[in-house]
Amino acid sequence: MGAGDHDHPHEHSELSELELRVRALESLLTEKGYVDPAALDEIIDTYENRVGPRNGARVVARAWSNEEYKAWLLKDATAAIADLGYTGRQGEDMQVLENTPAVHNMVVCTLCSCYPWPVLGLPPVWYKSAPYRSRVVIDPRGVLADFGVTLPDDTEIRVWDSTSEMRYLVLPMRPEGTEGWNEDRLADIVTRDSMIGTGIVSVPAAAAAAE
Amino acid sequence: MNGAHDMGGMHGMGPVEPEINEPVFHADWERRVLAFTLAMGAWGKWNIDMSRFARENTPAGDYLRRSYYETWMYGLEKLMVEHGLVTRDEIESAVAGQRAERVAEPPLTFDRVGPVLATGSSARVDEDRPTTFKPGDRVRVKNRHPVGHTRAPRYVRGHVGTVEQDHGVFVFPDSHARDGSKDPQHLYVVRFSAHELWGSETGVKDTVCVDLWDSYLEPAS
Repeated sequence: MGAGDHDHPHEHSELSELELRVRALESLLTEKGYVDPAALDEIIDTYENRVGPRNGARVVARAWSNEEYKAWLLKDATAAIADLGYTGRQGEDMQVLENTPAVHNMVVCTLCSCYPWPVLGLPPVWYKSAPYRSRVVIDPRGVLADFGVTLPDDTEIRVWDSTSEMRYLVLPMRPEGTEGWNEDRLADIVTRDSMIGTGIVSVPAAAAAAE
Repeated sequence: MNGAHDMGGMHGMGPVEPEINEPVFHADWERRVLAFTLAMGAWGKWNIDMSRFARENTPAGDYLRRSYYETWMYGLEKLMVEHGLVTRDEIESAVAGQRAERVAEPPLTFDRVGPVLATGSSARVDEDRPTTFKPGDRVRVKNRHPVGHTRAPRYVRGHVGTVEQDHGVFVFPDSHARDGSKDPQHLYVVRFSAHELWGSETGVKDTVCVDLWDSYLEPAS
């Protein structure tokens, strides 16, 4: 039995006990005047509805479309990303890692869950989970296989462990068959996983057929 | 500390299981924990490294069993109690349904949420500090096992890598978690070969890059 069996405690019988405790804590903090209920709702709305991987996809699409922007992004990611309006908490200091046929970058936080919120939103469960955090540094190709990705042996897989407050965003390779696409269309095919390094961007069959 | 959170290289955790079209939250209580944890941070009583230490300094079995936001919740309880914002009795009374008296005004109000989240708080320190290493230098991660908070993962300790980049001067998390001092120092990207970390059966060209501060490193050879 692995720890993965424990990844879904909301399926356990203590569900109501946990919910009760969270509710009680929130009431306590609100009643004491420590938190503003409207501020809590605003925080949730921000990360549930407004900040997410579509932001990162805009950054990637711009870099694919504009060589000057790409050069800036690789040199000073914090400023280049802020130029598109994406700034703030858990993205104060950014670096962009360019994937090429020679080097495939992947990002992890083995010690907790560090992730570039302004461009990708809150991390998915698998990114925060023991299986990913334990395994990607020792068996990156095995982890890629879990995502259905196989890379050539002579591609260097470079795993970045986010141990500091630097936040990393992967610039995936632009797929063939997207020549002449505008930024909106490019952004539509950029996946969250491709910006973590657990995916590669491909042209959806429907889009390819429409060409 | 050598806690259960320091997972790099461990076996037995199972396959990675991505969820298709995963929602941002899987239950309403997760939303609430995220929100009040961030809102309580605005009190300025603790910093991000103290928060991380509160979460990881937990019995290993609990750490592995709890879900992500459960770990956040228990970490926040610990911080609030340690810093005198609430007592254990108050928490248990609240769970039992008792109401509490208003004693404060919230530092993070609705209108400040947008600007605060969009600004964040950089750990970069605008001060000169001596640079011990430069890109290309061979360095060894010191074989240290502090019982407090540290960001040098176990799997790189004692191993030799190459400095790839100097990120500049940053807050040092070990000191920051201990007493709030910034102890600014250079932060480097150190690149290790998979062979160095995991042995010769691993990918020939594969590497791992880790952000490591001056205090963690010593010259190799």
